[in-house]
Amino acid sequence: MATEPIDIEAAGTCVDASGGAIGMPQLCFDWFPNQIFWLLVTLVVIYFVLTRVALPRIATVLAERQGTITNDIAAAEELKLKAEEAEKAYEKALADARSEAQKIIAEAKADMQGDLDAASAKADAEIAARVAESEKEIGKIRDSAMDSVQTVAKDIAGEIVEAMGGKADKAALDSAIDTRVKG
Amino acid sequence: MATEDAAHGEGGGLAIHPMDQFIVKPLFGDGPVMWYTPTNVTLWMAVAVVCTILLMVIGTRGRNVVPSRAQSMGELAYGFVYKMVEDVSGRDGVKYFPYIMTLFIFIVFANMLGLLPMAFTTTSHIAVTAVLAMLVFLTVTILGFVKNGAGFLSLFWVSSAPLALRPILAIIEIISYFVRPVSHSIRLAGNLMAGHAVIKVFAGFAGAMGLASFVPILAITAIYALEVLVAFIQAYVFTILTCVYLKDALHPHH
Repeated sequence: MATEPIDIEAAGTCVDASGGAIGMPQLCFDWFPNQIFWLLVTLVVIYFVLTRVALPRIATVLAERQGTITNDIAAAEELKLKAEEAEKAYEKALADARSEAQKIIAEAKADMQGDLDAASAKADAEIAARVAESEKEIGKIRDSAMDSVQTVAKDIAGEIVEAMGGKADKAALDSAIDTRVKG
Repeated sequence: MATEDAAHGEGGGLAIHPMDQFIVKPLFGDGPVMWYTPTNVTLWMAVAVVCTILLMVIGTRGRNVVPSRAQSMGELAYGFVYKMVEDVSGRDGVKYFPYIMTLFIFIVFANMLGLLPMAFTTTSHIAVTAVLAMLVFLTVTILGFVKNGAGFLSLFWVSSAPLALRPILAIIEIISYFVRPVSHSIRLAGNLMAGHAVIKVFAGFAGAMGLASFVPILAITAIYALEVLVAFIQAYVFTILTCVYLKDALHPHH
């Protein structure tokens, strides 16, 4: 191809007849105006797209995000404080409840002690009354037993005297037995 | 180069045309490329514009406080360039952020789109990168004089050096200042052109090697990964150098 004559009219000075490059296409001055023109158009378009739309938009979004982050951090800080406060309140409530419970337990204990004391006093009094009654009862029984002994003794003494052929003086017998039995 | 390859192609089976991918063609018909002709340059620059709109406008249309994926990428690009301008050029450089963002977005999309198979890499052409670099150079130089007046010349007068050395240093500084747009533009175009040409060369090998072609294919895969990195890094380098030059214009004193 290099040996063939180059058809300059058809291909220009930078491309050979078969469409291959002659030398470095970068150095083909025929193409410079075209490249420079389209480059300038492209740069202007990109510049306007960026400055009119993209860059202000991104700057706004970034500023907004910064603001959101700052706000969120502040809110988180606040919530943390609140949580700490709540924890303190909870601890306090717990301690209060505990002391309240202690108080109630002590009160209940005192109440129960009082009831117990009252009940045992009542029981004691009842027992004492019963004891007294029983003693009275026993005394009565003893007295009646004594009377019976005297009566029996008088009867037996009279019988004995009669059996021995004597005549029992009832009055003398009674007094003698009374003094003996009492003695 | 291409002609030699073509000559080889006639003899052997090896037909490698690594530079053909850089040819500017009219989109419609076969006529001459006039300055207004819609060409593949137009097409791929338009694709870059469409991608810019997709990412930076459509992607961010939700304006979400919790971003979608596309919005998050747009914000990332914004934050990346914004921070670069702020860090390198200083607080007073921030008002030139939209210009620098325009450059970055255009270069990064042009570079990345160029990596698509069959695509045309607009930024591999010195005509394009030279215009970008000259725009930066002229803007920064004019800005330097407008902001600092004659004080801008103190950029070339290294006051921290011994007095005897200063005139010599001034000459060196002036030369390096005027070389800036050259290195600025050739760095970008050269990197991209070299990478794309190497991929094409390996692709040519793969076509000629039959079964053993897996070796160049693996090589292409590796180089492609490298080229993705280069595409981003070159956009980054171009942008950060712009920020450095801007800093010199705003604060010319060493």
